[in-house]
Amino acid sequence: MFKKQQNRVRIAKALETKRTSTPYAVSVEDLTVHYVTSKETVKAVNGISFKLPKKRTLGIVGETGAGKTTAMLSLMNMVPDPPGKIISGNIQVGGLDIRGLSQSELKRVRGKEIAMIFQDPMTSLNPVITVGDQIAESLLLHQDISKQEAMEQARGMLAKVGIDPDRAGEYPHQFSGGMRQRVGIAIALACKPSVLIADEPTSALDVTIQAQILHLMRELKEENDSSMILITHDLGVVAELCDDVAVMYAGNIVEYGTLEDVFNHTKHPYTEGLFNSLPNIHNRVSKLQPIPGLMPDPSKLPDGCAFAPRCPYATEACKAQAPYIKHFSESHLAACTAYHDEAFAIKRRETE
Amino acid sequence: MKKEKDTTISVKENRAVEIWRQYRRNKGAMVGLAILILLILVAIFADVIWDYNTDIIDMRIGNRLAPPSWEHPFGTDNYGRDMFARIGYGTRYSLLIGFASVLIGTLIGVPIGAISGYVGGKVDNVIMRIVDTFTIIPSLLMTIILVSVLGTNLFNLMIALSISTIPVMTRITRASVMVARNNDYIESARAIGAPTATILLKHVLPNCFSPILVQATLRVGSSIISAAGLSYIGLGVPLPTPEWGALLSASKSFIIKAQHMCLFPGLAIMITVMVINLVGDGLRGALDPKLKR
Repeated sequence: MFKKQQNRVRIAKALETKRTSTPYAVSVEDLTVHYVTSKETVKAVNGISFKLPKKRTLGIVGETGAGKTTAMLSLMNMVPDPPGKIISGNIQVGGLDIRGLSQSELKRVRGKEIAMIFQDPMTSLNPVITVGDQIAESLLLHQDISKQEAMEQARGMLAKVGIDPDRAGEYPHQFSGGMRQRVGIAIALACKPSVLIADEPTSALDVTIQAQILHLMRELKEENDSSMILITHDLGVVAELCDDVAVMYAGNIVEYGTLEDVFNHTKHPYTEGLFNSLPNIHNRVSKLQPIPGLMPDPSKLPDGCAFAPRCPYATEACKAQAPYIKHFSESHLAACTAYHDEAFAIKRRETE
Repeated sequence: MKKEKDTTISVKENRAVEIWRQYRRNKGAMVGLAILILLILVAIFADVIWDYNTDIIDMRIGNRLAPPSWEHPFGTDNYGRDMFARIGYGTRYSLLIGFASVLIGTLIGVPIGAISGYVGGKVDNVIMRIVDTFTIIPSLLMTIILVSVLGTNLFNLMIALSISTIPVMTRITRASVMVARNNDYIESARAIGAPTATILLKHVLPNCFSPILVQATLRVGSSIISAAGLSYIGLGVPLPTPEWGALLSASKSFIIKAQHMCLFPGLAIMITVMVINLVGDGLRGALDPKLKR
């Protein structure tokens, strides 16, 4: 027990020497992640960069398979390897270079600095361990406290997420889906991490519970002064919670900016397509407008813009060369070749 | 502070009570447990109930092959020994062989299987190929070879049976670990920074508990049968030890004259194996929190 504690202190000290001071909670530069199998190479994430200032919330939006989850797993260096490989990129979480840490240092960082809320609360809790023990486990791993103290804190966490602390001794199957996601949030927030990743935290819940869970997450995030990255494909959730938005398509960030930038001054044709495919409450039409086609197979990405085959504005230039990254303001950028032409504008802006 | 302590203890107590309540629902398992406890008590107190020299191996030729009566409920054998006493005393050997060989086999097989299934890749390949070499030899043949090499006595019989149990336990553990390790809650445990050993012991293995337990109880039964079979062909516990297989073996020349001599040891083996399977089934139901109502 004592030796464990010494070890913990030693690793914590080693971590502090590696830490550089930064105003950003998370900063990612040129992150590329591939899944390499003997048959093919799946290019899941292709050189994305973003910076998340402290206490802000970043929403990552995109279709299934756009590389959102892979990018977030890389932040914890948890991409399943094999077949996953982080090819290049600089990942900093709270000033720590994640790729430069040893396994034991990474274990100090996971859960303490950066924590994750999983998509499906039905499967992300261990069915044979009581919820109290599952919350206490994280506390015991990162703090020098006794089992009793950990249990008491776990009960406190349960109360915080709105569950009767006396249910700490019950098993996950005795809780409903919404309650389980609350437990998942309690586990993730138990050690007050500075960065919280939420991987589609409300996708598996029904709509009435979604709002409750989102509010709970925002409240606790503000209470702990942490930053949050929210992965979702629900634009409504983004509008509700996020300060910044990154739109991902086929492993690239195609548009990045503040909520205002992306929602009200949409620049990228793909983002436009996402908004157009939403049902409009003011204009009831019989058919929605989906984006035609499917996302390209990430193992066979085209040379030019990956969105070109589905893009209504696409030209030959789009298919030939990598998209041009246009900065509209300090915070707002879009990756679209069409903006070589200063006069180009997408239709959504025209009609409004 | 005092109050907190109480709550954690009561949670643990509740769990034991809860498991017992679940177990009690299964009538068959309760009957099985009662008989198994009785058999275990007989095995423990065999020396108190019977005297080995006078009751078990002392011959009374004048009273040979007597059919069941009030004095000898199971009759007597070809040397006039009371079959009831001999079968009762034999419980000790059968249960010891069954439980000990499975315990040894599980203690070795489960860790190997868990490592193989969790680590995967080359380690898994090497371990499984070694295990395969054990599996391709039929287990009875394997035990026969081992016993003839090591010599025929109780200890060697147990070792031989546990060696043939290892591959079975390794395979079943590996398979269930491979399923369990892909669960989201394993990833979630990694995300809070849990070390690999903790994940394996606390998150993966407890979720593999039911198939391992069921397999282990089934193996207790089949180990008892294997032991009886080996004794029957003279490779098990040497005579005059009243092992059930040996009793059956001795009865084979008298099957026309004295059916009771083979009936009762056979029944003893059958009932014991069945009772152990019933208990295993009941335990599986009670321990699996997903089956609770």
